[in-house]
Amino acid sequence: MSAVPAVLVPGDERELEALALRVREHCLRLATAGGCFIGASLSCADLLVYLYSRVLRVSPARLGDPGRDYLLLSKGHDVPALYATLAELGFFPAERLRQHLKTSDSVYWHPNRALPGVEFHSGSLGHLLAVGIGIALDIRLRGGTNRVFVVLGDGELDEGSIWEALLVAAAQRLDNLVAVVDRNGLQANCATEELLPLEPLPAKLEAFGWSCRTVDGHSFPDLLEAFASLPAAPGRPTAVVARTVRGKGVPSLEGRADRWFANFSAAEVAALVAELRGGASAGLAGPGLVVR
Amino acid sequence: MSASPSYEQALLALAAERDELVVLTAENRAHIRGVPQALGPRFLDVGICEQTMVGAAAGLAVRGRTPVVHALATFLTLRAFEFIRTDVGIPGLPVKLVGFVPGLLSEANGPTHQALDDVAVMRAIPGMQVFCPADLEELVTALPAILASPAPAYVRYTAAPAAVTHVEPFAIGKAELLAREDGVAILTYGTLLGEADKARVRLAARGVPVRLVNLRSLEPVDEEAIVDAVRCSELVVTIEDHFHRGGLHTILAETCLAHGLAPRVVGIDLGASFFKPALLPDVLAHEGLTAARIADRILDALCKREAHA
Repeated sequence: MSAVPAVLVPGDERELEALALRVREHCLRLATAGGCFIGASLSCADLLVYLYSRVLRVSPARLGDPGRDYLLLSKGHDVPALYATLAELGFFPAERLRQHLKTSDSVYWHPNRALPGVEFHSGSLGHLLAVGIGIALDIRLRGGTNRVFVVLGDGELDEGSIWEALLVAAAQRLDNLVAVVDRNGLQANCATEELLPLEPLPAKLEAFGWSCRTVDGHSFPDLLEAFASLPAAPGRPTAVVARTVRGKGVPSLEGRADRWFANFSAAEVAALVAELRGGASAGLAGPGLVVR
Repeated sequence: MSASPSYEQALLALAAERDELVVLTAENRAHIRGVPQALGPRFLDVGICEQTMVGAAAGLAVRGRTPVVHALATFLTLRAFEFIRTDVGIPGLPVKLVGFVPGLLSEANGPTHQALDDVAVMRAIPGMQVFCPADLEELVTALPAILASPAPAYVRYTAAPAAVTHVEPFAIGKAELLAREDGVAILTYGTLLGEADKARVRLAARGVPVRLVNLRSLEPVDEEAIVDAVRCSELVVTIEDHFHRGGLHTILAETCLAHGLAPRVVGIDLGASFFKPALLPDVLAHEGLTAARIADRILDALCKREAHA
């Protein structure tokens, strides 16, 4: 792993931004011919790009290395961003993304270990913080210094099993465990605060025995600060609440509850990709929400 | 009869040989009291969090551990069911789930604690092995093979004294044939094996020859032993402390369908009802599961058959 720099030099930030842009474009291109969960994919793209390129001690060459860092995508349906990040970083050929939803490969709506770099399957909410605890425990048992990062959705925090696992991780003093909450404020149909309010979320996480940092999940300098020194406090697991925007990067999709799952036409995807790259609004006319 | 080591002793002996074994519990320590001290950091009590325990066990297993996980059978198999099915079952990880007080062994706890559908739900998970030892001796004898298997497994825990004199070594997927006369075939497992064997003696005294099959392993099941029993008997009886649906009676039905067999069958089980909470001997009496009642029910079935003939 390259040491995390104390500050993000401009060239470094531009490199990350360029990678994030490519990841978002892949996500948009997966949102057709059956579609995908586009909203969350775009909200967590910067998080995954930053973690995989600047924080995680993992690479295609190290996949069998027990000393690697682990990232578990717990909410799962944001997997297009993970597929795209892994493909861009060489974990598997980007051509596999063209097999999206085809029976000839295993590139479907939730993560699975058929894709190199995916450490554990998910799709059912509220599971992988517990699985992460098991991995972190084994790392500690073996005296390892590697870490486990679990990316959680904020809607996913509705699940009681998350709060159970938060308690257990704190009780076990797992300071090699990091929970990253993609706090985009929306769940499938509505705002989290309208359905099952989570705030004050950082205070809740602290009260459960975690050290909590709150950052702008789209700011690489912020993410650098959040992950530069881990754990945030010795003997405590670390939570990073990353405030994000659903649909980030494409104004036509941003912050909209009805852009959770989308199945766009090829023409719409082309317009959205142009919008992502700074062009005019895609001007989507039809209702966005595809019921899943 | 030599005394068996306790489950805990057997588990610790295996853990001493095999570094990858780790032991987890959701605060059910009654039968593993010495494990925390003996295993140190290889023991984990998560508190009353069955879901997190099973998820953590899956995480330990992907790192190469074989977690042996303990909780009361109902809460383990039902509270954490989706974690078992999703995190352990889908990837087929070698997590060993040990359910305390299964079946009738919950005694006076009441229906919340009555695991009478655990065999049904666990064997519904593809690749999950299901073991139902009749007594401590059988559990301890089976433990090395269960823990050595690369498959996920569910084990009905028992500390009962030997129900019978066991005659065959344990092997996964093999039944134990305890009596081999042709007439009535009794298929059973677990806590009711002792009553079933005593019922066999009573039936023998009435001139009814009995084949007694102790299944032990319900998934994989010894299909050959079941088919042989059906082919050699005029009446097949399943005896189990489980609901009628989803347990051995269902396994028998599936096996018969697969082999084109249509035997006359009596299922002696809990039907579709929770049992009256009480101490075990009183439960057996109340639910008609004593050796005497089992023998009577089999004789009734035979008489009815004769009356129809």
